[in-house]
Amino acid sequence: MSDRIFGGFGLALAVFYIWAASIIKDSFMVDVIGPRAFPYIVGSVLFICSLYFIVRPDDEPKWPALNGLMEIMVGAAVLFVYSWALPEIGFLISTVFATAYLTWRLGTTPLWSFVTGVGTSVGIYVVFHLILGLSLAKGPFGI
Amino acid sequence: MDILSLLANGFAVALTPQNLMLAFLGCFLGTLMGALPGLGPANGVAILIPIAFSLGLGPTPSLILLTSVYYGAMYGGRISSILLNIPGDEPAMMTCIDGYPMAQQGKAGQALSLSGIASFVGAFFATCGLVMLAPQLVKIALLFGPAEYFVLFTVAFATLGGITSTNQAKSAFAAALGLGIAMIGSDSQTGSQRFTFDHIHLYDGIDFLIAIVGLFALSEVFIFLEHHRSGSVTSSNVPKVTKILPDLKMLKSCIPTITRGTGLGFFAGVLPGAGASLGSFLAYSLEKQTVDRDGKTFGKGDPRGVAAPEAGNNAASGGALVPMLALGVPGSGTTAVLLAVLLQLNITPGPLLFTKNPDVVWGLIAALFIANFMLLAMNIPLVSLFTRVLLVPTRILMPVVAMISFVGIYSITGSTFDVMLMVGFGLAGWLLRKLEVPLVPVILGILLGNQMEVNMRRAMTISDGEWSVFVGSPLAIVLWIIAIAGFVLPMLYGRKVKARMEAASKEEIVKN
Repeated sequence: MSDRIFGGFGLALAVFYIWAASIIKDSFMVDVIGPRAFPYIVGSVLFICSLYFIVRPDDEPKWPALNGLMEIMVGAAVLFVYSWALPEIGFLISTVFATAYLTWRLGTTPLWSFVTGVGTSVGIYVVFHLILGLSLAKGPFGI
Repeated sequence: MDILSLLANGFAVALTPQNLMLAFLGCFLGTLMGALPGLGPANGVAILIPIAFSLGLGPTPSLILLTSVYYGAMYGGRISSILLNIPGDEPAMMTCIDGYPMAQQGKAGQALSLSGIASFVGAFFATCGLVMLAPQLVKIALLFGPAEYFVLFTVAFATLGGITSTNQAKSAFAAALGLGIAMIGSDSQTGSQRFTFDHIHLYDGIDFLIAIVGLFALSEVFIFLEHHRSGSVTSSNVPKVTKILPDLKMLKSCIPTITRGTGLGFFAGVLPGAGASLGSFLAYSLEKQTVDRDGKTFGKGDPRGVAAPEAGNNAASGGALVPMLALGVPGSGTTAVLLAVLLQLNITPGPLLFTKNPDVVWGLIAALFIANFMLLAMNIPLVSLFTRVLLVPTRILMPVVAMISFVGIYSITGSTFDVMLMVGFGLAGWLLRKLEVPLVPVILGILLGNQMEVNMRRAMTISDGEWSVFVGSPLAIVLWIIAIAGFVLPMLYGRKVKARMEAASKEEIVKN
C-alpha cells in the first residue's frame, strides 16, 4: 500500500513537473531542442516509474509506530527552528539547545544532555571558529 | 616511462609539509568515521566537503584531504566489524563473519592487524592499477563526442543500482528525481529560468552539497531518532586488544588469499555499479569456494576469511576511482561524493582532466600512495586508540555530527533558506530510505544533470535535430547495449544475489 501511495505522489509530481516545464519561457537565445526537451524526458521517466509502483508495489516497509513518527516530526521541527534561529540568536546559544534536544531524545538524561549541548557548542566554536576561522552565525552578543 | 615521470611530479606536489599534514589528518578522521557504526565513507566525506571549502584550501590540498578520508574510512570499517560484530560501513559486512569469532577467541589484535595488512595490500595494488588503467581509459574516452557522453551518463544511471538492486523502477525514479532537481535554476544554454517560480533563492539552482549532506548525513540522524535508545551500540564488552602483531605464519598462509581478494576487488571496483560491497562479497565467497569447500573453518574465525574481504573491499575502493577520474562517471555512492568535491572545485573530471590538470590527477594519486602507508602505520600500532572511540555512545555522537553538518553548510552558504532546505532533504532522505528508494542515484542525478543535458543539446545541435545521432556510432551502440544489460540483468538476477548475500550474513548471526 505504501508503494501505491508513493506512486500516487510520484504521478502528481511528474504531472506537476511536466506542466512546470511547459511554462518555461524562451529567451532571446535559442538552440535546436530548447530548454524544455530534457525536463520533458525526466518528467516522463518519473511518470512511468510511478505507474510501475502502483501496478507492482513492493512489500510493505517497516513504518515506525506513531510515537516513532512523532519523534521524527518533532526532531525535524526542532532542526527547522534551529536553522531559523541561527542568525537571530547566534550559533553558540542555539546550538546548545539543538544538541541538547537531540541528545536527550536519543536517550541521555536531561542534565547530561544539557552538558553535552554546552560542550558540543563550545567545542565546535573553538575548533571551527577560533582555530580554523570558519564564519559561524553571529547573534546579538556578537557570538 | 611517461607515467613514471608524471607520477614523480605528483609526489613532488603531494610531499609538501601542508599536504602531508592534510593527508595525515584525513587518514585519521577517515579511520575514525569508518570505525563508527552509522557513519560510512560517503557520510564522512560529505560532511567534510563544505568545511574543506570554507577553510579556503586549494583544489589539490582539498582533494588530498578528502580522498585520504575516503581511503581511511575503508580501512576503519573493519574495526567495529571485528570487535562488535557490527559493520562500521556496508562493505565491512563480510568481515564480521570471521572477524568477530576471531575476536571472541582472544585473537582480536591479530585479526585487526591482519586485516590492516590485507587492506594495505588491496589498496596499494589497486592504486597501482589505477595508475596503469586510467590513462588507457582516457585514450578511449577522448574518442567520445557529445552523443557518446550522453549515452555514457545513461550507462552510469542504468548500472548504478548494481546487481543487488531488487527494484529497478526505484533506481530509475531516484535518478529522474536527481536530474529533475538539477534542472532547477537558470538554463546554462539559453538563460531561461526553469522551475524557479520567481523565487530568488532558486535562481542559481540548488547547491548539490546541501542535497548531499541532507540526504546522507541528516537522514542518518532521523534514522537514529526513529530507533532511539536501541540506537546506542556501545557495550562494555569491547574485547581487549592485546597482541597486535600477527604471527608470520598466519600472514604467510594468507598471501594467496590476499592476492586473489585484491584482483577480484579491483575488478569489481572498476565495473560500473558494483563497488566495494560487491568486491568484498565476491572476495569472501570465492575464497570460501577455493580453500574451504566443506565449510569447516570459515565462519568460525579463519584468518583467511578476514583477509579476503578486506583486501577485496579496499582494492575495490581504489578501482572505483578509475571510471570516476577517467570518465567523470562514478560507480558508487562514495565516488559520487568525491565527484562532488571535484565539481565544487570547478574541476571537470574526465579525459581532459589528465591533460589540463595533470598536477591535480597525479598529485591525488601520489597522495593515495602516501595515505596508504600512513594508514598502515596508523592502523597497526594505534589500533587500540581507535577501538576506544567505539566507546563513545551514538546518542552523543550523532547530534555532534548533525551540528557539524549545519556548521559546514551555513559557513559556505550563509543562508537560512539553504540550511532549512538541507533539513528538508534530510527528511526526504529518511522517507526514501524507508521506501527503499536508493539515494545514490538522486545525488548522481543532481551532480550530472546539467552536463548530461548540455551533451544532449550539443549532440542535437551538431546533428541539426536528428535524434538518430544517439545511435550514430558503433561506440554509442556498444554503450547502449551495456546500459540496457546493466538495467535488465538485475531484474533477472538481483533478488538471487541479494538473497545469497543476506543468507551469508544471517547464517553467521545464527552461529553466534
